[in-house]
Amino acid sequence: MSAIRQSQFINKHEALWKNFEEWIDYQELSRWKKKSKKKPVKAPDEIDFPHVYRQICHHFALANSRLYSPILVERLNKLVIRGHQKLYSTRTHFWRDILQFFAGGFPALVRQEWKVVSIAAFLFYVPFIAILVAIQFYPDLIYSVMDGSQVRDLESMYDPELHDKLGRERESDSDIYMFGFYIKHNIGIDFQLFAGGMLFGIGSLFFLLFNGIFLGAAFGHMTYIGYYDTFWGFVVGHGAFELQAAFLSGAAGLKLAQALIMPGRKSRGRALVDNGKIAVKIMYGVIVFSIIAAFIEAFWSSTVMPVMIKYVVGVCLWALVTAYFIFVGRKTT
Amino acid sequence: MSLDTLYHVNTPEGISLRLSPAGPVPRMLAWMIDILIRLAINAVMFSVLAFMGNTGMGIGLIISFLLEWFYPVYFELYKNGQTPGKKAFNLYVTMENASPITPAASVIRNLLRFVDFLPFFYGFGFVSMMISNRFQRLGDLVASTVVLHKALEHNVLDEIKADPITPPVSLKLNEQQALIRFYQRRPYLTDDRADELAKLTGPLLDKDDPAPASRLMGISSWIMGNR
Repeated sequence: MSAIRQSQFINKHEALWKNFEEWIDYQELSRWKKKSKKKPVKAPDEIDFPHVYRQICHHFALANSRLYSPILVERLNKLVIRGHQKLYSTRTHFWRDILQFFAGGFPALVRQEWKVVSIAAFLFYVPFIAILVAIQFYPDLIYSVMDGSQVRDLESMYDPELHDKLGRERESDSDIYMFGFYIKHNIGIDFQLFAGGMLFGIGSLFFLLFNGIFLGAAFGHMTYIGYYDTFWGFVVGHGAFELQAAFLSGAAGLKLAQALIMPGRKSRGRALVDNGKIAVKIMYGVIVFSIIAAFIEAFWSSTVMPVMIKYVVGVCLWALVTAYFIFVGRKTT
Repeated sequence: MSLDTLYHVNTPEGISLRLSPAGPVPRMLAWMIDILIRLAINAVMFSVLAFMGNTGMGIGLIISFLLEWFYPVYFELYKNGQTPGKKAFNLYVTMENASPITPAASVIRNLLRFVDFLPFFYGFGFVSMMISNRFQRLGDLVASTVVLHKALEHNVLDEIKADPITPPVSLKLNEQQALIRFYQRRPYLTDDRADELAKLTGPLLDKDDPAPASRLMGISSWIMGNR
């Protein structure tokens, strides 16, 4: 006659369950709602949460083994899930973790993952340089990569004569517009490079090669028609960050692909989860690099100043990024 | 092999939690609510920022970028795993072991949304949900997250009072359980359906019982200790 005991059981513990539920409800309220003056929420009685949680776990186990009614079991199951979520939530030191990551973790991670990183760099930079050089000898190659209108747009953007007339490359309020545009557009591409890894790497492979060829063609064409200072002066600064972000997101994608293609001694599912954790860290780096790139591109690359300064700053930035990946974070590893 | 989609997670307290993953239909509907919300925000935002010229457009692009990729991340991390759409359908995102979603997992599952969306309208995501036994799309598999139904409130109902009837035969424990379940589910069933179910019990009923459901309720009431 378990049912008699069930009603006794409920009577005995109902108050505890109610209190526990109200306490969790209150904890889940946003800070703003807790303090709202219009509808003041009464704080429930303080409870010794871990203790009460274990008690309710015990009730749940009892209810299960005594075959109490499904509705009661369901209710206790729900209480226990909520308690579990509360008790086992992780409290992270968000900002400190981020700082530590960029002060050492990120370059160390990139070195640790040197295999996928160098494959991605190879897939991106080899076609990039190859087509850049090839266009110097076969200039018509540009038209196999872009159509005529794209080439014209590109030329007009960096035409030295137009720049002389305008003096300033664009109005200052356009800087913010371009900043927003670069963020949305460039980081979106980086995310696609990463996500493409889930297609057994084909997506990342394609986007790496495609972006390498496309950018290489643009660089090659600008060099061939002699827009050295307007073009190279413009791109050299932010390129230090943007190009690395591009192939690193490809590397993160390849990390996912690796789990699918050669999971080693793990199951594919397990390998994906493990590699995903590494890949997403690389993506944190990519996001920050892309934001820096967008910032430089919008607010620095577009300013007018002696092109020599731009080259010097650009070279310094490249040296800085290279040194960052080679030297920073050696101690922690 | 069980037919339902429930799965169990064992906790350190030595109990097993019963979780119910959500299938593609409620998730798609929840997603559609979210996409409508995002479109609305985008539309309002751009029409307001349009007055600020290029500066406004730049800010607008950044916000729309954040909305596109990080709208779900925000809600998953700070609103108990529920975007507004998921909240409307009583769904929430959590780690496979029922602990709250971690920031890394949330970022992974939302960046990989891009492949789930391929080749068109969540094609790969749908296939992945059908193959995996917890309705996980590709992003969920990599992040080891699941979308669960939040259990709805079932109050223990004692509105229906039935006079106890002594069962004509002795009942085993699982049979008693089934009858108690029936008793508690009775308020959610139509009269016809309740009678139909009650007729399946055979020897508990007289032949041609005019109201099989209410007789069964009486027996259940007896089992539950009412005399």
